[in-house]
Amino acid sequence: MPADRPTAAAAWTPDRPIVHIDDVHKSFGSVEVLKGVSLDVMKGDVVCIIGPSGSGKSTLLRCINALVDIQRGSITVEGQEVHDPGLDKRLLRRKVGMVFQQYNLFPHKTALQNIMMAPIKVLKQPRGEVEDRARRLIAKVRLSGKEDAYPGELSGGQQQRVAIARSLAMNPDVMLFDEVTAALDPETVKEVLVTIRELAEEGMTCMLVTHEMGFAREIADHIYFTDRGVIVEHGPPATFFTEAKDPRTKEFLGQIL
Amino acid sequence: MEAIEAWFLAFYRDTGINLTIIYDGFDRARFLEGVGNTVLLSMVCLVCSVLIGIVGAWMQGSPRAWVRWLAQVYVQFFRNTPPLVQLYFFFFGLGPLFVITVEQQVGQMTFAREMPLLTSFHWAVISLSLFAGAFNVEIFRSGIEAVPRATVEAADALGMSRLQIYGNVVLPLAFRICLPALNNNLVNLVKTTTLAYAIAVPELLYQSNQIWSDSVNVPEMMVVLLFLYVGLVGVLVTGMQRWERAMRLPGFGQ
Ligand SMILES: Nc1ncnc2c1ncn2[C@@H]1O[C@H](COP(=O)(O)OP(=O)(O)O)[C@@H](O)[C@H]1O
Ligand SMILES: [Mg+2]
Repeated sequence: MPADRPTAAAAWTPDRPIVHIDDVHKSFGSVEVLKGVSLDVMKGDVVCIIGPSGSGKSTLLRCINALVDIQRGSITVEGQEVHDPGLDKRLLRRKVGMVFQQYNLFPHKTALQNIMMAPIKVLKQPRGEVEDRARRLIAKVRLSGKEDAYPGELSGGQQQRVAIARSLAMNPDVMLFDEVTAALDPETVKEVLVTIRELAEEGMTCMLVTHEMGFAREIADHIYFTDRGVIVEHGPPATFFTEAKDPRTKEFLGQIL
Repeated sequence: MEAIEAWFLAFYRDTGINLTIIYDGFDRARFLEGVGNTVLLSMVCLVCSVLIGIVGAWMQGSPRAWVRWLAQVYVQFFRNTPPLVQLYFFFFGLGPLFVITVEQQVGQMTFAREMPLLTSFHWAVISLSLFAGAFNVEIFRSGIEAVPRATVEAADALGMSRLQIYGNVVLPLAFRICLPALNNNLVNLVKTTTLAYAIAVPELLYQSNQIWSDSVNVPEMMVVLLFLYVGLVGVLVTGMQRWERAMRLPGFGQ
C-alpha cells in the first residue's frame, strides 16, 4: 500500500481533483470539529466555504496544508496524500499557499523582505531573481513604493496584500484564504478582494473561507456551507443562494444577506 | 606623562592620597592588566552566555523529551547554586581531571609531568558563562514564548524548517522582546566576574588587592575600583540601550 502513494502522486493529471478531501474527521481532545467532510476542488476552481463561526472552516483549511493532522479520512493535493506520515510537509506547503485572517507578517522584516524570505530560505533561489519577482508581486498587489515599509507602518489592507504576495512568491498551485478580510476596515476590504479576484481570473486554484457573500457569489465556482463540522449543502452560486433547501443554510443566509 | 606622575606623587605627599596606579609604573602595569582581563573576561563570557542561552532555549522547545529534560537540568543546576561554589567546583573539582602529561628531559633522565590543560582564566570563562547562560536560557524562553503563535504558523505554512523558523523569525522577535531582561543579566555577569578573584584570575579585583597589599592604599583602591565598575557597566548599559533603540520596530510591541 505505501508503495502505491508515490505512483498515485506521479499519476495525478489536471482532469482529477487538485484537492481531494474524503470523509475527514478531526477532533481536538474530545471535541469533534470535523465530522466527515468530503469535497473536491478542480484545478483553476474557486471554492468558497461559508458557515457560522466555530463550524470548523479554519480547521478544514489547516488540514489541507497539514498545519493540523486528521484522525480519519484522506486529503490529497495533486494526488499526494497529505497525512501520509512519511510525507515531507515542507514539500506540500510549497504547493499550497495560505493567507490568514490576521496577516501574520514578520514584523521585523520590510514588505519586500517578507516576500523574499521563503523563496530564498526554502527554495534556495538566488537572491537577485527572488528580489525581481518580489518587486513584481508588490506591484501586482498595488503596493509599489511600500517595498521598504515595515508591517507596523502599513494599514491592515496593505499588510494583507503583502501576505498574499508573500504566499504567491512560492509559486503555489493552490491558495487557501482564511477569512482574509474579516479583520479589515470596510474601506480596505475592497482592495484585498480586488487582488483575490485578479488571482482567480488568472486561473489560480483558490479555496476561501469568507463572510463576504456578494464576493463569494461573484467569484466562486462552487459554494459549500458548513455547520458543526459537516457540509450541510453546496452548489454553484447561481442556485446556492436562491435555492438553499436546508433550514440551517436558510437561517444563516437570512442573517447575513 | 612624567608631569602627571610628578603631580600625583606631590599630591600624595601633600594630601596622603596614594594613587600608585598612576605614578608607579609597576602598579600601573598590574592595574591595566587587571582592567584588560576584566574586560576580556566580561566580553568572552557575554558572548558565550548568549550563545548558551540560544542553544538552551532551542533545546527547551525540542520535540524530544530527553533534550528538553537536559536543558531543564542544566538551568536548574546553574541557577540554583551559588556562582562561587560553581567556580570552585570547576577549578578545584574538575581542574585536576583536565591535565596533560608532558615528557620532560633533564640530562639523561626523562620525567613525566602533569600540566593543567586549562588556566584559571579558562575555568572562569567556562563557569561564569554557564552561570549567566542558565539565566539567559530562561530569558530567551520567555521571549520565545511571547512570539505570537500565528507568526510562527505563517512561517510554517511557507514551508520553512524548524531551524529556519527559529533563526529567521522566532529569535529576532524574541530578542527584541527580552532585550531589557537580557541587559539586566549581562550587567550582572560583568559584576560577577569579580568572583574570578577567588581562583586567582588576575582581573581587576585581584590586581587591586595585590596593589593595596603592597602599597597600603586600601581606601584609595576601593574608590578607584567602584568608579571603574561604574564606568565599565555604564559603557555596557549605554551600548545595550543603543542596541535596543536600533532594534525597535515601527509599530511593533507598543
Ligand atoms: N488548536 C485547537 N485546539 C482546540 N480546539 C480548537 C483548536 N482549533 C480550533 N478549535 C475548536 O474547533 C472548533 C472549530 O474551529 P474553527 O475551525 O476555527 O472554526 P471556524 O473557522 O469555522 O470559525 C471551535 O470550537 C474551536 O474552538
Ligand atoms: Mg475561522
